Amino acid sequence: MTAPELDHTRPMAPQEAVPGPMGGVLEGVDVSCWFGSRKVLEGVNIKMDAGVVTALIGPSGCGKSTFLRTLNRMHELVPIATLAGSVLLDGHDIYGVGLRLTEVRRRIGMVFQKPNPFPAMTIADNVAAGLKLTGKKVADRDGLIEASLRRAGLWNEVRNRLDAPAGGLSGGQQQRLCIARSLAVSPDVLLMDEPCSALDPTSTRRIEETILELKDQVTIVIVTHNMQQAQRVSQHCAFFLAAENEPGRVIEQGPTDRLFSDPNDPRTADYVNGRFG
Amino acid sequence: MTTQETRALTAAPGASPASLDAGSKGAPTASSTGPSTGSPAGPARRVPPRRRPRAWRWSDIAEAAGALAASFFLTWLIFNRLLPFRIMPLAFFAIWFVLFLPIYWFVTKDGQGTTAAKDRVATVFVMAGALFTFTPIVFVIGYVLYRGLKSLSGNFFTQTMQFVGPLAEATDGGALHSIIGTLEQLALATVIAVPLGVLTAVYLSEIKGPLARPVRLVADAMTALPSIVAGLFIFSLFIKPHIIGQSGILGSLALSILMLPTVTITAEQVLRVVPGSLREAALALGAPYWRSVLMVVLPTARAGLSTAVILGMARVVGETAPVLMTTGGTTLLNPNPLSGFQDNLPLFVFTQIRSSQESQVDRGWAGALILLVIVLLLFILARLVGSAGPGRRRFRIPIPGRGGRRRGR
Ligand SMILES: Nc1ncnc2c1ncn2[C@@H]1O[C@H](COP(=O)(O)OP(=O)(O)O)[C@@H](O)[C@H]1O
Ligand SMILES: [Mg+2]
Repeated sequence: MTAPELDHTRPMAPQEAVPGPMGGVLEGVDVSCWFGSRKVLEGVNIKMDAGVVTALIGPSGCGKSTFLRTLNRMHELVPIATLAGSVLLDGHDIYGVGLRLTEVRRRIGMVFQKPNPFPAMTIADNVAAGLKLTGKKVADRDGLIEASLRRAGLWNEVRNRLDAPAGGLSGGQQQRLCIARSLAVSPDVLLMDEPCSALDPTSTRRIEETILELKDQVTIVIVTHNMQQAQRVSQHCAFFLAAENEPGRVIEQGPTDRLFSDPNDPRTADYVNGRFG
Repeated sequence: MTTQETRALTAAPGASPASLDAGSKGAPTASSTGPSTGSPAGPARRVPPRRRPRAWRWSDIAEAAGALAASFFLTWLIFNRLLPFRIMPLAFFAIWFVLFLPIYWFVTKDGQGTTAAKDRVATVFVMAGALFTFTPIVFVIGYVLYRGLKSLSGNFFTQTMQFVGPLAEATDGGALHSIIGTLEQLALATVIAVPLGVLTAVYLSEIKGPLARPVRLVADAMTALPSIVAGLFIFSLFIKPHIIGQSGILGSLALSILMLPTVTITAEQVLRVVPGSLREAALALGAPYWRSVLMVVLPTARAGLSTAVILGMARVVGETAPVLMTTGGTTLLNPNPLSGFQDNLPLFVFTQIRSSQESQVDRGWAGALILLVIVLLLFILARLVGSAGPGRRRFRIPIPGRGGRRRGR
């Protein structure tokens, strides 16, 4: 019922004819992470190119979320968390002195596992929340709200109830609202931590469509437990694995097709074929 | 349903009460379906009566009513026919209750067995206990209503006690000066205590600084602060050294000392239940921490915070001791809380009820009634506002869409 609506939004969506992918290039260089004295991630090197959806896969507990959270400095919100290595956004270290913490987080947006719209705000206010929260003013607030909702594929479903509380939306709609909220502050990179794991198959498909539409506008990094999803949406894929009582490492990475059809490492083969994890 | 029980009785005439109980509760057994129900067509298949387990049936109500009536008449017999002297009505109720228990026990045991009888008698005990604790509240409120309404008239809200002598009627004069004083002092105390309390709560739950533990300890301890001490503190700080004379604002200060811990602790608990995922969402958008608290955490908790404020107000509005020493008390209308003596409702009640004149005492009850109504209104307000909390979204009235693009702001 909702899919045809999306189709007819496509021609209306504000898609400027851009020559190359926009987005930013994010690169983790030798990233290691600790919680207290426990090392959970070791020596991760991943380059997340613009115009490419990068998928992080691996069994739970191997440090995918931790790595993702180092990419926009959410890792340091945990008081005992430390890290080593650097993360480069278009060549600049986001942990360096040149970039402000809030600016880093604005340019590298994040969508969480559980949809978390602000319950005290209306749908429209949720989308524009990033502006208020970063103290920015825009001339055309309504236009920005509409554009962001269109990019997240939600406009047609909520255009008549922008003033309704966000809590009244379904789980899948809430998640797309969160995507719209992240897009409204025009990030260069969008990090998604298992964005569909709390959603039904239909909503999952809508989110995947949204990801494919967005991939030329922002760089997308997605953590997923769903092998099919990784194959459907990503072009680059990194497989994380943590042996018992050892930090997680990237076992193998490369083009998604290659990783799934012809993995180099037997552990990757076992995982992508569902033999463990 | 009663018929089924009688059938079960007839089917097993010699059975013990326990097995009777089982028979009446479970599905009818083959033996009980036998000759008693001779339906015309085929082997008799009785449809088990539909019932909700443990719900009150008419037979149960009849049993209870019968036991109540029997014990009532027995008590009446004892009191009015057998005893040679009269006893207080309270004793009547006590004996009635005492007689009711065994009668009810035997009635249910006879009908439904020991297990059900135990269950019923225990229920009676629990309900009697609830009634016993609830009655004083009803009596207190009822008595205040009864006494207060007698001398409450329109001029109670429009006149003061300025020209009312000690021998005037109870309906003469009014408490306008006290009502104004109460409202002003409450408002000022709220204005002082709420920002402090909410900021402290933010410090405790959001910033979690090194002082959080001692501050929480002090706030907890302050909830038990005797209210007279708060009054004494303000008295010795301002009035004794003649810095400010007795006035409404000093009463507000004393009240805000009492209000502060209530507001702080309630607000902290409210902030604590705001999901951490919302803070993360705000920070991930690039918000500085203070903006995420101001624009996401506090608005999300606003319903709970309003409840915290109102609970704080209800806590202090009836306090007498702190205002006794600080506001002065007067019979004149003084709308300026910053200078000059001011009255308020607890003080009004206090002064009126201590009088030896019956009319003044009556007026005091009217004041108590108004105070009660104010507290009641505050609590109703707290419940209304609190039920629209973030965790209970289903009570929120959805704002209908405007059927188009959002405009403005
Ligand atoms: N806040 C935290 N404090 C301590 N340990 C944590 C915390 N978050 C995650 N960990 C640990 O770090 C490891 C990696 O976790 P995570 O990155 O969430 O795994 P994944 O997302 O791959 O399932 C796990 O062993 C987990 O126990
Ligand atoms: Mg995870």
